[in-house]
Amino acid sequence: MKLEDLDISAKEALFEYLLFLGDSNLVLGHRLSEWCGHGPMLEEDIALANLALDCVGQSANFLKLAGEIEGKDRNEDHLAYLRDAIDFRNATITELPRGDFGFTIMRQFLVATYLYIIFKELRNSSFDDLKSIAQKSIKEVKYHIRHSSEWVLRLGDGTEESHKRIQKSLNELWRYTNELFVQMPQDQVLIEKNIIFDMDSSKKQWLEIIEQVLKEATLITPESNEYLYHNGREGKHTEYLGHMLAEMQTLPRSHPGAVW
Amino acid sequence: MVTTKFTSEDIWQMLAEVKDPEIPLVTIVGMGIVRDVVITSENIEVIITPTYSGCPASKEIRDGIDQKLRENSIENFVINSVLSPPWTSDWIDEETKQKLKESGIAPPHKVPTNELLSLFGDDRIVHCPYCESKKTKKTSEFGSTLCKSLHFCDGCHQPFEHFKCI
Repeated sequence: MKLEDLDISAKEALFEYLLFLGDSNLVLGHRLSEWCGHGPMLEEDIALANLALDCVGQSANFLKLAGEIEGKDRNEDHLAYLRDAIDFRNATITELPRGDFGFTIMRQFLVATYLYIIFKELRNSSFDDLKSIAQKSIKEVKYHIRHSSEWVLRLGDGTEESHKRIQKSLNELWRYTNELFVQMPQDQVLIEKNIIFDMDSSKKQWLEIIEQVLKEATLITPESNEYLYHNGREGKHTEYLGHMLAEMQTLPRSHPGAVW
Repeated sequence: MVTTKFTSEDIWQMLAEVKDPEIPLVTIVGMGIVRDVVITSENIEVIITPTYSGCPASKEIRDGIDQKLRENSIENFVINSVLSPPWTSDWIDEETKQKLKESGIAPPHKVPTNELLSLFGDDRIVHCPYCESKKTKKTSEFGSTLCKSLHFCDGCHQPFEHFKCI
């Protein structure tokens, strides 16, 4: 299925969904990039910057496609740099400040595993361009899971201090995870056309991978009734996003049309 | 109709001279980045694919192709980038793998077909590109570029890079 096969309601819904994937990756990528020069050791500094590159690169693909579908002459840079927080559709978990290294790694593990599950299904999307991005991105996100899960094991099953701190990070982050699986009313249009897929089984698949690693890392999976009601897909964000965007967008905002 | 004097083989040969900006001893053709060359009566279309979504060399690669074609007095061309099918390290040709090895980068393994295996731990042994030792260990999943990981050889006590398999 291509752009010309979509009616207006499907276009609007897909635009919103692509913003969700694009913005989540962009915001996560920016948070990772904040570690550049601050990593706990050189290898990890490089690794986090590399993860950031992947996230921003994937985001550019999603936002470019979103711009094409919207048809208002906005490209990926325009969407990334010239929208305000209220127009961002990223999941809340991605915008939280980077915290300590354990917090960043735990978030990467939780979100990368989520993206892996989503991309796995979107590889079968009936919409060609979305399918292509998913096929490409899933290869990269596997490395993110591998890298972050190895650190979750090391920190969880490490010293008393590292165990305590990463468990605390997990407890904090866990409250934002249910939001990842909340479907928006407009998603239904896309599900009917097999462009995206129902998330009913996704959470189970996600939990399976997460619990397997947490258990090995001697960490306790938090109770499921501690979720926060928060949904970035409705444009509702924490105060952290605005501050982050102020920094991220400062150059294109203060020098419109600047190029390298 | 200026473009018709070139066959697609000619174009492939020109492109085979364009170096990979991040690993200049190999070419974009050897790396499997160039997917197709289509010659029509209108123009020449070069189809490329990025190795990684966030590959910062993408623009350099386009510029390299641009420059090479113009050097050969070709003006009427377009460069299009496609994501599908996604690039895989299996597309790197044998000659390029050999060159990688000679420069101290262990070439990639074949991509595993088992999905779960590729998700958690690829434990296949990476041979040291310097001394062929099997006693090597991975020190980091990410090296100086997205496409490489860092390793250390216990045989010759040297760090080296490994081109990741994706």
